[in-house]
Amino acid sequence: MSWRRFLKRRWWDDERAREIAAYLETETADNIARGMPPAEAAAAARRKFGNPGLVREKIYRMNTIGWLESTWQDLRYGMRTLRLSPGFAAVAIVSLALGIGANTAIFQLLDAVRLRSLPVQNPQELAEMKIVGGNQGMGLNQQYGELTRPLWELIRDKQQAFSGTFAWSANQRYIGRGSQMRHFNQLLVSGGFFRVLGVQPFRGRLLGPQDEGACPASAAVASYAYWQSELGGRDLSSGIKLFADNSLVEIVGITPPEFFGVAVGDSFDLALPFCQPKDALRRDIFEVSVMGRLKPGWTIERASAAMAVLSPGIFEATVPPGRDPRTDLMYKHFRLAAYPASTGVSGARETYDKSLWLLLAITGLVLLIACANLANLMLARASARGREIAVRLALGASRGRLLRQLLAESGLLAGIGCGLGIALSQTLCRLLLWSVLPEGQTVELRIVTDWRVLLYASAAAVLSCVIFGALPALRASSSSPATAMKAGGRGMTASLERFSLQRLMVVAQISVSLVLLVAALLFVRSFRNLMTFDPGMRESGIVTGFLGFWQSNLPPQRWLEFKRELLDEIRATPGVLNAATTSNAPLLGSSWEHGVRVGALEGNAKFTWVSPGYFDTMGIPVVRGRSFNDNDTPASTRVAIVNQTFVRRFLGAADPIGQTLRGMQEGDYPTTLYEIVGVIPDTQYNDLRGKTPPMTFEPASQLGPAPWTGLMIHSNAPPAAIGATIKRRLAARHPDVIVELSDFQKDVRDELMPERLMAMLSGFFGVLAALLAMVGLYGVISFLVARRRNEIGIRLALGAERGQVVAMVMREAARLLAIGVVTGAALSLLAGRGAGSLLFGLRPYDPLTLVTAALLLALIAAVASFLPARRASKLDPMVALRDE
Amino acid sequence: MGKKPEQTDILQGTLDMLILQILAPGAAHGHTIAYAIERLSEEVLLVEHGSLYPALHRLEDRGWIASFWGTSENNRKARYYRLTPSGRKHLSVEMSRWERVVRAINQVLRPAEE
Repeated sequence: MSWRRFLKRRWWDDERAREIAAYLETETADNIARGMPPAEAAAAARRKFGNPGLVREKIYRMNTIGWLESTWQDLRYGMRTLRLSPGFAAVAIVSLALGIGANTAIFQLLDAVRLRSLPVQNPQELAEMKIVGGNQGMGLNQQYGELTRPLWELIRDKQQAFSGTFAWSANQRYIGRGSQMRHFNQLLVSGGFFRVLGVQPFRGRLLGPQDEGACPASAAVASYAYWQSELGGRDLSSGIKLFADNSLVEIVGITPPEFFGVAVGDSFDLALPFCQPKDALRRDIFEVSVMGRLKPGWTIERASAAMAVLSPGIFEATVPPGRDPRTDLMYKHFRLAAYPASTGVSGARETYDKSLWLLLAITGLVLLIACANLANLMLARASARGREIAVRLALGASRGRLLRQLLAESGLLAGIGCGLGIALSQTLCRLLLWSVLPEGQTVELRIVTDWRVLLYASAAAVLSCVIFGALPALRASSSSPATAMKAGGRGMTASLERFSLQRLMVVAQISVSLVLLVAALLFVRSFRNLMTFDPGMRESGIVTGFLGFWQSNLPPQRWLEFKRELLDEIRATPGVLNAATTSNAPLLGSSWEHGVRVGALEGNAKFTWVSPGYFDTMGIPVVRGRSFNDNDTPASTRVAIVNQTFVRRFLGAADPIGQTLRGMQEGDYPTTLYEIVGVIPDTQYNDLRGKTPPMTFEPASQLGPAPWTGLMIHSNAPPAAIGATIKRRLAARHPDVIVELSDFQKDVRDELMPERLMAMLSGFFGVLAALLAMVGLYGVISFLVARRRNEIGIRLALGAERGQVVAMVMREAARLLAIGVVTGAALSLLAGRGAGSLLFGLRPYDPLTLVTAALLLALIAAVASFLPARRASKLDPMVALRDE
Repeated sequence: MGKKPEQTDILQGTLDMLILQILAPGAAHGHTIAYAIERLSEEVLLVEHGSLYPALHRLEDRGWIASFWGTSENNRKARYYRLTPSGRKHLSVEMSRWERVVRAINQVLRPAEE
C-alpha cells in the first residue's frame, strides 16, 4: 500500500495543487459575487484557506516514506558536494577502489583455494577417510595418496556410514606413441567416483563400476578443457581412440566444464578407471584418496566412530609384506577416521594457506592506512565546512540528521569505491597469478565473484566508511554553533581536540606502515637469501632430465648397457662438459628413503643411485675416500658414499671409510650391506629450505634393472639450447625413448613460488603503505602550518630565523614519527610471530630489518614534512599579519 | 513501512465522520464540503478551509471516499468526492459508536434526567 502511495507521491501532489487552485478560484469568484474588489477577494480567499504550501506538504508527508526520502535527499546532496570538489572525490574513490580491490583480489584467491565447496551435488556430505596421524612414512607415497588399493577395497565392502564411497588418485602419465609421446594428467577413479559425486556427463557417459576390470583399461573420460584443446571438441560418436600408457583407450564421455576433480588447484586431462593388474594389488603403495557421501542423518563424528570400529580388522588383513615386526605392529594399530571434504583436497592449499592469510592481513592494513588518509581529508573538509554546519545547526537541524547527511557523503564514496574495487579485483587477481606463476605453469583456479567475495568486499567498504566517515562526521556535528559561527574562517579558536585526532591518525599510519615495511623487508630479504643460497652443488649451466624406454623391446639385461650408451651419446654432444644419471634430481622435491643401521645405531637415510660422473657434474667434491667408477658393477661389492651429516649422526669420530652400512629390509628391498667408500660435504637434499638429512649415494649400476633414469647434464651452452640439441639428436636415433629436459636452475627457482609471491606482494604493499603514510603526514603538517600562519608570521616579524621556523615544524613531525615508530616496532614484534615459519635464514625479530624500516620511514617523513616547513619559513610576515 | 493503527484524536475522528456524513446524500467538491462543515460545526472543527484537504486525502487513501474531476455549478473544474460502499459502511459503524459514546457520557453527566 504505502509503496504504491510512495511511488505516486508526485502525481498526488500535482492533483492536490490543482484542487487547491480550484478552491481558491471558486472562493475568489464567490467573494467577488459578494461584492469585494478582485484583489481583496483573492486575498480573502487565501486567508480563508490557510497556507497552501503547508497543506500540500502535509499531504506529501502522508504519502512519502520518511527515511527513504531523506536518505535519497542526503545522497543527492552528497553527490552535489562531491561534484563541487572533484579532486577530493577522485582521490578518495581511487584509493578506496584500489584498497578494496586488492583486498578482494587476495580474498578471491583464498576463497578459490580454501573456502569454496566443490562444484558437485551437496558437497557438505562428502568426507575423506584417512589414517589418524598419517602412515608414518611407510611404503611408497603418492601425492594425495592416503591409503592403499587393498585398504580401499576392504573399506568399500565393509563400511556402513556412507551411502556411497569412491577412491581416486592423480598422476602424470604418457599419451601417444614413440617420440610423439607427451604427458597428460591422469585421474584414476573407482567405479563409484562420478556417481557418488553426482557429476553429470557433458557428452557421452561417465565411468561406472562396469568399467573397472582387468588391466589395461579400455575406456576413458576427458575433461572439458582437454576435449576442447587437445581433441578439438570432436564428436564422440565417431569414436576417439588414444594411446594412454601404450594401451588403446576410447573416450566415452566428457565431464562438465566446471568439474576439475576433487583436488583444488589441479586439473585432469583424462580420467581412467581403476584396473586389476595381473599380480595382486600392492599393499605398500599409498596411492589413493578414499571419500564417501555420508548417509542421511550421519555426522562426521559418527562416521569416524564407525570407521574406528572397522579399523583393526581392515589393517590386520592388509599388512604389507617384508617388514620388521615393529612396523607390522604399528601398521595393525592404525585407525581410520572421517574428515570433512566439502572443499576437496589441495596441494596448493597447504603451500599457500599461510601466505594468503598473511597477505589478506597486509592488504587489510593498507586499506586501513588509506582510510586514515581519507579520514584526515574528511576532517579537513569538515573544518572547512564548519560554518555551513554551524548555520544548519543554528537553523534547527538535528545533530542526528546532520550526522546522517555527512555519513551519506562518505557512504557514497565507499559505495562507488567498493563497486569499482569489485570490478577491479578480478583483473588484479589474474594479474597477481600471472606475475608470480613461473612461465608455462598454470594453476587451475576458478576465480569467481561469488556471494562470499561480495560479502567480504561490502564488509570492507562498510568498515572503511565507518572509519573514515563516522569520526569526522561525529566531530563536525557535535560542534557548538555559536563558537563555530564566531570562529568561522579564522581558525584561531578551533579546538585543539580536532587536531589531536588528526595527529592520532598519522601516528597510526606511521606505525602500521612500519609494520608493513618490516614485513616487506623480511620477505624480500628471505627471498634473496634463498636465491643466493649455496646448496652445496652446481646450479647454473645444468640441464636436468628424464629418460624412459619402456616402449622399446630391449630385454631387461640390456637396460643398464643401453643407459650407458645413451649417456655416452649425450656426453658426445658439442657443448656438454659432463653428464650423469641419477635416480632422483636434487632440490626438486623428490625423495628416496630407507631405514639404515650402522653398528648399533638405527635411523633413516636418503638414498640416491648415481652414475660415476655425478659428483663431477654437480661440482660436489669427494672430501674423503673415492668417487664411484666403472669398476662398481652389479657383481662387485655394494658400496656407498655418504655425506658429513650421515657421518656425524651414525659414525661420530670413527673413520667412515671401510665401515659397513646396513640398508634395512623393506618391501622389494631386502637387507643389503654397503661398504662406505667416500664422504662428500653436506649439500641440500630435495629442498633449498630444509635441513640437510643423512644422505647416501649408491652406484646406479647396483640398483636393479629399470627402464628409466634421471639425468644431470653440465654444459657451457645456454640450458634451453643444449636441451633442444640433445633432444633432437636422441629423437633421431632412438624414436622409442622418451626424453624430457629442462633448465635445472630455473626449475629450482620455480620451486620458490610461495617465497616469491610473498616477497613481491609484501614489497609492493610495503612501498604503497609508506607512500600513503607520506601523503598523510604531508597533509597534516601542511594543515598545521596553515593553521599557525599568523603565529609564524609574528615569530618571523619578531626576528625568528627561517631555520628556526623549519626546525619548529619539523620537530612536530619528528614527534609524530617517534611515537609512530615506537608503537610500530612493538606491533611488528607482535606480528612477527605469524611470519616466522615463512622466513628463510632470518628470524622475525631481526634488528637490522627493524632499523632499516624505521630509517626508511624517517627519510620519508623528513621529505613529507620538509616541504610544508620550508613553505612556512618562506612566509612573508607582512602578508601573514595583514590577513589578520 | 507497515501501517500503524492511527490514534485518531476525537476532533479528527469527528471531522472524518462529518465529511462522510456530508457526502452521504451525494458527491460534492472541496469548497462545498468546507462550507458545509463550517456551517454545521460553527467553525469549531474547521478554522482554515485548507486543513480539510489532508483529511480528504486520508479518507480517500483508506478507500472510504473516491474522487473525480467534474464541472461545478458555475462551470469551473473541481474535484468531486463521493462515498464508496465501504465508506458508507464505515459511516454507519462510526455513527452507532458515536451514539453509544454520547449516551454513555450523558449518563455520567446527567444521571438524574434519565
